[in-house]
Amino acid sequence: MSDIRTIRFTLNGTKVSKVVEAHETVVDVLTRKFDLSGTRESCRQGLCGCCTIYVDSNPVSSCLMLAWFLDGTDVRTIEGLADGDTLDPVQEAFIEAGAFQCGFCTSGFIMMVKHLLSENPDPSDEEIRHRLAGNLCRCSAYPEIMDAVKIAAAKARSVAKARP
Amino acid sequence: MKPPVFSYHDPRSLAEAVSLLGRLENAKVLAGGQSLMPMLNMRYVLPDHVVDLGRVEGLAYIRDDGEAVVVGAMTRQRDIEFSPLVKEKLPLLAEAILSTGHRQTRNRGTIGGSLCHLDPSAEQVTVAAALDATLTIEGPRGRRTMPFAEFPVAFMTPNIEPDELLVEIRLPAWPKGHGYGFVEFARRHGDFAIASAAALLQVDGSGKIARASLTLGGVDTAPLRMTEAEELMVGQVPDEGLFRAAGEICGRIEAMDDALVPASYRRKLAAVMSRRALVLAQGRVERP
Ligand code: FES
Ligand code: FES
Repeated sequence: MSDIRTIRFTLNGTKVSKVVEAHETVVDVLTRKFDLSGTRESCRQGLCGCCTIYVDSNPVSSCLMLAWFLDGTDVRTIEGLADGDTLDPVQEAFIEAGAFQCGFCTSGFIMMVKHLLSENPDPSDEEIRHRLAGNLCRCSAYPEIMDAVKIAAAKARSVAKARP
Repeated sequence: MKPPVFSYHDPRSLAEAVSLLGRLENAKVLAGGQSLMPMLNMRYVLPDHVVDLGRVEGLAYIRDDGEAVVVGAMTRQRDIEFSPLVKEKLPLLAEAILSTGHRQTRNRGTIGGSLCHLDPSAEQVTVAAALDATLTIEGPRGRRTMPFAEFPVAFMTPNIEPDELLVEIRLPAWPKGHGYGFVEFARRHGDFAIASAAALLQVDGSGKIARASLTLGGVDTAPLRMTEAEELMVGQVPDEGLFRAAGEICGRIEAMDDALVPASYRRKLAAVMSRRALVLAQGRVERP
């Protein structure tokens, strides 16, 4: 027997509600019921980071969460980073560095990098590697990803400086 | 794959959770979900009921009781990672937690969930053995406490009834100035360790080892306290030769054998990891 509930939460700044079954995971609900395909399902074991989203500002693997946990939370996905047509500086940095080949892992990496820079605007190589240890790039774009983090960090710092 | 169909329960109190577990057939407890969810996704487990502890009040805390740090079973690994109390009193745990999964999974994963899942290569399991943790378990017959050494009964099988819950973990603190070291070998950072070692050393005023704790993780069906090596070290002046001898004892264990990692390789790693953990611990000792 399956349980069905209506969950209410904030998704990329908008209040939403959805009927979901107990056994549905967050990544399934985002991709199938909200048509947000930027959050990727890959390993379903918490190993690859492709499915990273923020729940109440904390990055989590959405493949390891039941959708019901979202009830009452504030959720941000990769689709919620850009401001209209203006990309987030981290997104721009990934394009500038060419930090992907197939792009499957990219949204997860961008979510993690953005979170890292919000906590530490000038991370060392070691800090970057430690923080991105939960994200796998099967195309192995790691050197370019490291470049992208540095470009994004520099962008964020210059924006911060320009602000009065 | 997707998780199988199950009924979901989210009790608000411990009493309600225990009574649900007593009543439901084939139920699984969900703490942080970072082990259970992969098992559901892979359909390694097919429960009829999932009892989520996420909304049970009062199971997440980190407190100082003077001699020990007392941690609620639903405390998230992230909160352990960022706890100043853990950093000060349990530096071994603070170090080991950084190798537990990744930032994404530590944001959800709980210490109680990891201990009950009881993967022998899990960092928190090894640290609980190293620190001689005491567990508090609640069930329909009331509360009981148990030394961690009695908790593992077989591979990934804790000494806990289906209608009982782990509620609290008491981790005794070592005196200020003790040395600690946690090292592990995994194919990839954040993966479960093929072998890990946790070392604690206390050195007296004359420079001799007054107390030692050495634990191996990942090599056997449960964490291994290397009492023989501990006894060898106590009363001795710490040096490379002594740690090498302790490592050699660790290299003689009966290690697990599986398709990917032969026992002989685990034994080699056990010797190297334990020596490294001891050297690391010794370097951090602050002499009284
Ligand atoms: S799909 Fe979630 S971590 Fe890989
Ligand atoms: S770009 Fe293909 S997996 Fe990373």
